[in-house]
Amino acid sequence: MKALHRFDFMGLRRTFGVLSIVLVVVSLGLLVGRGLNLGLDFTGGALIEITSPQDIAIEDARSALQGSPYQDAVIQHFGSARDVVVRVAPKEEIGNDKAGLELFALLEKSMPELELRRVEFVGPQVGDELRDQSGLALLMALGTMLVYIWFRFSNKFGISAVVALFHDVIVVLGFFALFQWQVDLTVLAALLALIGYSINDSIVIADYVRDTFRTSRLDDPLEIVNSAIRLTLGRTINTSLTTLLVVLALLIFGGEAVHSFAQALSIGIVVGTYSSIYIVCNLALSMKLNKEDFIVNIVEEVDEAP
Amino acid sequence: MSQYPRWKLLLLIAVLGICGLYAMPNLYPDVPAIQVSSTEAGGEVSLYAREKMHKALTDAGIGHGDGEQVGTSWLVRMAGNDEQLRGKLIAEEALGRDYVVALNLAQTTPSWLRKIGASPMNLGLDLRGGVHFLIQVDSEAAVRQRMQAWAGEVRLMLRDEGVRYRSVEHEGRDLIVQFHDQQGLDAMDSKIRARLREFNGRRLEDTPGLRLSLSEQGVRDIQNYAVDQNRTSLANRVNELGVGEPVVQRQGVDRIVVQLPGIQDASQARRILGRTATLEFRLVADEYSGMSPSIAPVGTEIFPFKTDGRPVVLRRQSIVTGDQVTNANMGFDEQGVPEVNITLDAGGARRMQRITADNVGKPMGVLFIESKSEMQSYVDAEGERRERMLNTSEAYVINVATIRDTLGSRFRITGLDSAAEASELALLLRAGGLAAPITIVEERTIGPSLGADNIAAGLKSMVIGMAFVLIFMALWYKAFGLIANIALVGNLVIIVGVLSLIPGATLTLPGIAGIVLTIGMAVDANVLIFEQIKQLLKDGQPPLQAIEGGYKRAFSTILDANITTMIAAVILFAAGSGSVQGFAVTLFIGILTSMFTAIVGTRALVGVIYGRASRVPSRLSI
Repeated sequence: MKALHRFDFMGLRRTFGVLSIVLVVVSLGLLVGRGLNLGLDFTGGALIEITSPQDIAIEDARSALQGSPYQDAVIQHFGSARDVVVRVAPKEEIGNDKAGLELFALLEKSMPELELRRVEFVGPQVGDELRDQSGLALLMALGTMLVYIWFRFSNKFGISAVVALFHDVIVVLGFFALFQWQVDLTVLAALLALIGYSINDSIVIADYVRDTFRTSRLDDPLEIVNSAIRLTLGRTINTSLTTLLVVLALLIFGGEAVHSFAQALSIGIVVGTYSSIYIVCNLALSMKLNKEDFIVNIVEEVDEAP
Repeated sequence: MSQYPRWKLLLLIAVLGICGLYAMPNLYPDVPAIQVSSTEAGGEVSLYAREKMHKALTDAGIGHGDGEQVGTSWLVRMAGNDEQLRGKLIAEEALGRDYVVALNLAQTTPSWLRKIGASPMNLGLDLRGGVHFLIQVDSEAAVRQRMQAWAGEVRLMLRDEGVRYRSVEHEGRDLIVQFHDQQGLDAMDSKIRARLREFNGRRLEDTPGLRLSLSEQGVRDIQNYAVDQNRTSLANRVNELGVGEPVVQRQGVDRIVVQLPGIQDASQARRILGRTATLEFRLVADEYSGMSPSIAPVGTEIFPFKTDGRPVVLRRQSIVTGDQVTNANMGFDEQGVPEVNITLDAGGARRMQRITADNVGKPMGVLFIESKSEMQSYVDAEGERRERMLNTSEAYVINVATIRDTLGSRFRITGLDSAAEASELALLLRAGGLAAPITIVEERTIGPSLGADNIAAGLKSMVIGMAFVLIFMALWYKAFGLIANIALVGNLVIIVGVLSLIPGATLTLPGIAGIVLTIGMAVDANVLIFEQIKQLLKDGQPPLQAIEGGYKRAFSTILDANITTMIAAVILFAAGSGSVQGFAVTLFIGILTSMFTAIVGTRALVGVIYGRASRVPSRLSI
């Protein structure tokens, strides 16, 4: 810890700047190349979750669906060998809403004691709408943050913080593309929470940088930023750690419904913490951040001394 | 540091006390219950019926409570899930068809808490199990139907006025009236326009005629009417299904959300919701009896008879239709054959009376019409995925009977296969038809066991996540960490209290995730404050000034940082749906309450511990 308090964070700014660019480029490449594994919420289709007192063999389930319109369904275990999720994509000939119950009826025939735990059906049109709406919500959140930061801080910090947000969202989605984790509505929730969280980190550092610019005798912007990062380091690490701890608890114990959510947030918190230091400060410095940037927005302070 | 202001301390205690009080009902788990309500709208459960049911339950040896009045229905607590299911069947048997028996959950909140309006949090479908449907109303079909009616109205007008016309057609949202000659047009132009105020009319260019375009407002009115009317019908049907606390709400322009908590059999719900069956009573065109014409003679239509499929020729004009039915009940005749007893409204009764009086001794047919609609998706020329609604309807004659006497407002029909079919037809006639075809475009069914598992998983991750944070804070910030921990627990109490207090708030699994997340993020404010205090101590300030300064300096940072998360929560609430909105709500409330406990709460505790002059510490445990 002590060594970190003397650490020259901005000394590594070029290295990490390059790393960030590489991360974003690779993520974008993955997003374009592999694409996202969009869940039912966004593609439409049907899903059932079944459970049985005995283990369910995937092959048995597959053979039960053989010859039916659902034979190309995706069948997966989750949690344990007794729990199975079956998904079918929307199809022209089975574009109707009865797919879930029909699937269950087929499976039940060959497997006794099956319990139907969950049925979901999303029409293709609703799926498209949810997808568009979610994309719009993400952009709106990013835009609103930009406006908020713009009023509160200097333009240079505002732009840097929003660039960092784009970085965070893109890298998290890059992970989802890389591992082909399922993206559903809860991932949108996680991304929006991440946007709030990550900007929060940036604001704290920006606040300290602003204070240091005002109070410190230091002249060199690089040194000022360095000292602000050092001052906030304890807080940055501790807050990220507590948040990460609860998100990990969700990831491990929260069950399948919040799994994607917890995956997105746990990566997001790490990436967001990193970006608040190495993207926000880095970029602001590259834009020649200086004392004047903070003068316009200084909050009036009453001098108490007579 | 001066002593902490007393009013702030009192405020804190008051908030914590009130929220704690209103959070308490959540400690009392709901118990299974059966809920009895009258099939008559607004009707209460009679004392006689209650006693009959309670006696039947006692006789069957099923453990049950005394029951209580909830709104217009009667709620009886049951000893367990098994008793609930058996009790429902027994209650149904005892009460007969005048009452609907539904499975529900009953609160066990002590009465003194209920007196102050405290009740547990509403649980979302993902936690308590149930069905969620999103239903699309084909409002275009409603517009089409209305256009047809208008065309008929214009034809009638022209006939009444004795004006010769070539055709009255509708093309999309335009009505085109073509006259034989210019005089006809001149005579009728202003009259038609005066009658059809919803339209903008202009004359056709090459032939004597009018093109009337339905205004945007007119289209909207029809669509609104169709969606609202469908919502009402669906709500009626849902009530007939016997569901505790159902939700039937309009969403957006042409969709309806239906949520049925605790429903076990989604397929039954789906069938009842989606069916659009109605009856029409028509005279049999008996001049053609014995013949079986392949093409319907003018003014008649041919329908198959239900049992054997033989063609029946009916008059095109109906006597009364299902819309004019005010009540319908299933019953049995003397031979035990199922029948439906029907009551007509005044207009229907008058028509029925007039026509049957003129036709005594002639046969009348009961036509059963069922329309189904299905979404079919296809790919259009540009490769875009689109959907269209396929409407099919099936009509058959279920009964032909000779009119023996003049019929009035009450009569009965037979010819139904089974008691179940009779009761379903009665239900559909009672609940009303749908003004426009509907399809289910989204369904989410959560089984009750999954709901219980979700609650368990959510609670487990909350407890473990919170334990992690409490341990970390105590180890890292020592005494101040413990203070932050007390605030954190207080925060949880306040979140639960606030969620229980807001009537519309619903707890979902993502909502629990939101609470867990805010627990992790809530300590951020304290971390910021404590780091500032540490810094000030390091700069050589005395402990009390360091505390004062730490809180003061951190405040604007905390505010800035939390406002952004609240903005994100608001956007998520606006864009998300269902359970994700639950996350937005808990995140928003959690951030708000955590700022309160982390700033005001810990400050008060610090004030109480270090505030008195006699206890000024020489060093802080931080």
